[in-house]
Amino acid sequence: MTLIIVLLGAAALIGIGLYGALSQQSFVMLMMGLELMLNGALLAIIGFWSLYLGGMPEGQLLAIIVMAVMAVEMAIGFALIVAVYRKRQADMTESIGTLKQ
Amino acid sequence: MTDLMIALLTAFAVWTGWRVFRVDSMVRASFALMLSFVAVGAIGVLLSAPYIGVATVFMMAVEMMVMAIFMVMFMMNPAGLNPMVMVHQHRLSIGAGIVAFIGLSAAVLLSPLPSNPVAADTDVVAQLGHELLGPSMLIFETAGVTLLATMVGAVILSSRQGRFGSADEGSRPPGLTEGGDPAGRQPEGGGGHGHHHHEGH
Repeated sequence: MTLIIVLLGAAALIGIGLYGALSQQSFVMLMMGLELMLNGALLAIIGFWSLYLGGMPEGQLLAIIVMAVMAVEMAIGFALIVAVYRKRQADMTESIGTLKQ
Repeated sequence: MTDLMIALLTAFAVWTGWRVFRVDSMVRASFALMLSFVAVGAIGVLLSAPYIGVATVFMMAVEMMVMAIFMVMFMMNPAGLNPMVMVHQHRLSIGAGIVAFIGLSAAVLLSPLPSNPVAADTDVVAQLGHELLGPSMLIFETAGVTLLATMVGAVILSSRQGRFGSADEGSRPPGLTEGGDPAGRQPEGGGGHGHHHHEGH
């Protein structure tokens, strides 16, 4: 029962994160959506590891990998935001519409 | 009791996650996201993963402070004085979020999930250490090298100048159509870019 609650919470976090990543115009808010999806993934991993896998050590390793992914995403994401802002004075997704072509 | 705490913390994590896109100030949004991460970390501690839980809380506290600084840098709506709605393709996004939630929930509810909890006397932190420096050492080391590459990449991407002046000096992005205008913003209003200085020889 606890596992189901935790996994449903993780599903909700991933859904909210997907909504944010798709809908937000500001780059920074868009990254919040990505972080929220990773948060959901982390919650699901902790739940699975603790209640379903009986404490398999690889499960904790996976959680650490997710945290490393978060760090990479945030560092590179903010570096890209700063680079795009310096080039185009753009901090909204609409301002770099030429990437569509 | 623990189950109730976990359920409450899960609800709190989801609610604060939702608040991220509903508050008017981006700084508040980043603190809402931090609360969501803290709730997940606390769930980790309750679910007998103390190292992961505490590491999540520490890492996210620092990360969200950095994020708050970036929020202030790029904030459109200081102090949240005005309502802030900056969204595009809103319907599609809501639909995608709901579809993701329903799909994942269906997968959760329809799959058999036999209960196999961690034994109470397991030394999970020691197990994690032995795993990190034992069978999974290559993965662990790869993560470390990836983080190093990330640091280098972040510095290169965000630095204003290369060693020999501006990195894109004199460059002209290719046209969107053949022979058309260059993509993106023209550097320095298009024209006045012909002279560059090479001091210090």
